[in-house]
Amino acid sequence: MQNSLHINPDSCTGCHQCVLACSDRHGDDFSPIKSRIQIFRFEDEGRYVPYTCTQCEEAWCQKACPTNAISVDGNGALIVSDAQCVGCKVCTIACPFGTINYNADTGKVIKCDLCGGAPACVEACPTDAITFVNSSTTGFDKMRKWAAKTDAGSQPSA
Amino acid sequence: MAWAGKLLRVNLTKGKCKSEPLNMDWANEYLGQRGLATKYLAEEIDAKVDPLSADNKLIMATGPLTGTSASTGGRYSVITKGELTGAIACSNSGGFFGNEMKNAGWDMIIFEGKSKKPVYLYLQDNNAELIDAGEFWGASCWDTEDGIKAKHGDQFIRVASIGVSGEKGVKYACIINDMDRAAGRSGVGTVMGSKNLKAVAIRGTIGVSVKDSETFASAVSAGKQVLADNPVTGQGLPTYGTQVLMNVINEVGALPTRNHKDVQFEGAHDISGEAMHEPRKSDGKPNLVSNAACFACTIACQRVSSIDRTHYTVVERPEYHKASGGLEYEAAWSLGAATGVNDLDALTFANFLCNEHGIDPITFGATLAAAMEMYETGVIDDKITGGIKLNFGSAEALTTTVELTCKAEGFGAELGLGSKRLCEKYGKPELSMGVKGQEFPAYDGRGIQGIGLAYATSNRGACHLRGYTIASEVLGIPEKTDPLETDGKAGLVKAFQDATAAFDSAGICIFTSFAWTLEDVAPQLDAACDGAWSTERLLEIGERIWNLERQFNLDAGFTGKDDTLPKRLLKDAANSGPAKGKVAGISKMLPEYYELRGWSKHGVPTKETRARFGI
Repeated sequence: MQNSLHINPDSCTGCHQCVLACSDRHGDDFSPIKSRIQIFRFEDEGRYVPYTCTQCEEAWCQKACPTNAISVDGNGALIVSDAQCVGCKVCTIACPFGTINYNADTGKVIKCDLCGGAPACVEACPTDAITFVNSSTTGFDKMRKWAAKTDAGSQPSA
Repeated sequence: MAWAGKLLRVNLTKGKCKSEPLNMDWANEYLGQRGLATKYLAEEIDAKVDPLSADNKLIMATGPLTGTSASTGGRYSVITKGELTGAIACSNSGGFFGNEMKNAGWDMIIFEGKSKKPVYLYLQDNNAELIDAGEFWGASCWDTEDGIKAKHGDQFIRVASIGVSGEKGVKYACIINDMDRAAGRSGVGTVMGSKNLKAVAIRGTIGVSVKDSETFASAVSAGKQVLADNPVTGQGLPTYGTQVLMNVINEVGALPTRNHKDVQFEGAHDISGEAMHEPRKSDGKPNLVSNAACFACTIACQRVSSIDRTHYTVVERPEYHKASGGLEYEAAWSLGAATGVNDLDALTFANFLCNEHGIDPITFGATLAAAMEMYETGVIDDKITGGIKLNFGSAEALTTTVELTCKAEGFGAELGLGSKRLCEKYGKPELSMGVKGQEFPAYDGRGIQGIGLAYATSNRGACHLRGYTIASEVLGIPEKTDPLETDGKAGLVKAFQDATAAFDSAGICIFTSFAWTLEDVAPQLDAACDGAWSTERLLEIGERIWNLERQFNLDAGFTGKDDTLPKRLLKDAANSGPAKGKVAGISKMLPEYYELRGWSKHGVPTKETRARFGI
């Protein structure tokens, strides 16, 4: 069974606890710019959206890397080997989602590595907007919600 | 660790910026933010300076926990001699600006002197630059923030700015950061404007470190759990924001209404947190769009609201159709109950404008209320108001005057004086509802006796955030006391004031104190900061800060005679509700308060007290 980060923007308050936990867990102090997860704020709509790597099965970052620095670990996370990364940034161009980025302090790229199977962002989120769940069932909660709505009209009224 | 260890000194007269090490001896005695910046200000300026002169300084300061993952650890404060009051001013703001300053590697920025022409400070990590702000002078806070981001091509810049109100000397101009977070009270934006400083724009990428990150992470997790489990911080505030209080305080009979003539407002429900959840007729949507959090905050009390698009204020103004910072309790009270207006959309519109243009809604609403009373009693007339019918309950009077005041135009320029100067101007000083020149917030000192004493003795003029005894007297935190009782309130007020000064100096939000005591804060500071940080040490620091602020005010010319309330609260009894027949019993509480503080009977810290705190 493989788990994925599952993000529900409706529950996000934009507090950045995930961002802080991420940079801290990766030894970068509290430094939002070095977090592997970012929050985008759509102020005019009152919406806040966390965004990070989805660990593609066919990963373009991995394919593009000229030094084979990117591999898949036991949790299904695409991880960067600092020893092999030469900081060429080709992966940052290849990734269609922008979720792999260059860290000027180390000269290497950084991306979500699922923290070895216990993501710090999930633990830090106060509203469960980020969860770590079975990859095959990430949509089930949403399905349940719609199912309840769809079915509601056929229920006899009390 | 935790502290960045350096401050930026910006001499606006010379146009020079320079870095200097943070005085760590002072940091050990005053912690950071409110306390430490007050120490710098008290050491560096003569307390008697004209607040708008080049000799006044303005300090933006973070605390040691600002920029860390400590819940709510994103705060900064603005410390200066306030233009509204002439007293020490310290206005605290959330959003993301405080973190950005710390992440750029700075504990505080001290602005001194006065620029010849409008400028803004652009700070990217270690690079500080004063840039001509001619293109932004005359712009609102919203346009300034957008404009600076666009000019530098960086959406991640955080901006704190003033609007036209601050440029033109409205006495209660705010500094607005992140569009709708405000260093709101005492006219700190007015001082900023007098220095020709339009904005501070920061991009920080250095990071913030703590002493022991593993211990810190556990202390932070424990603190977050306490907030999540507490009914106020875990449920009430995220759901209703501070607006959870509107109906509660009305029931208690302490909701100042129509310039404190009444203590209960018949329209309270219409402007309450509950009303913000109710679907409106036009589109079936509620006023409240979502709740939101400031940096690192796990409470998320902020209101994001929208105005009914069919409402008269915005029907032809689509620029106000987007969501923006909604009504918090204090603003809903001042714009609503204080003026007798129960139109939620009119209040939300007025609140948007206060954010857009940077004026303090508390002082604005309270000043309008005083003007309404003068209008209704014939002290001022249509000739003076420019034809605006200033009747209590008039939403149009509210929305018309707020626009004028934001731009200091017409009668708005008079309202921009604040209630004390306005009422004095028309020979009715007794109609100004405030202390030391600053208007009351949303609780009546007759129905809640302790808060009356907290107002009377607050170092920045009337304020609920210097000792929020409402927590005990109404909400029962940490334990319930009788709001109508004066006995025991001197000690309660002192305890709240001292603890609050420590919270305000740490880099966290005072709203955590609904759930946390300093015992929850100490382990987080102890893991973050060099040295040992106990609850006792923090309490001592809080009391030291209180005494330093007091000494500043005494040096500025205030005396014990200023520790009082307007005649209306002392002589006119509350006319309805549980407090009916009650007046504020300041004289019963003040002598005991002075004694507990170690002050003389005239309210002056004794030699022994000063020596105890090294003041």
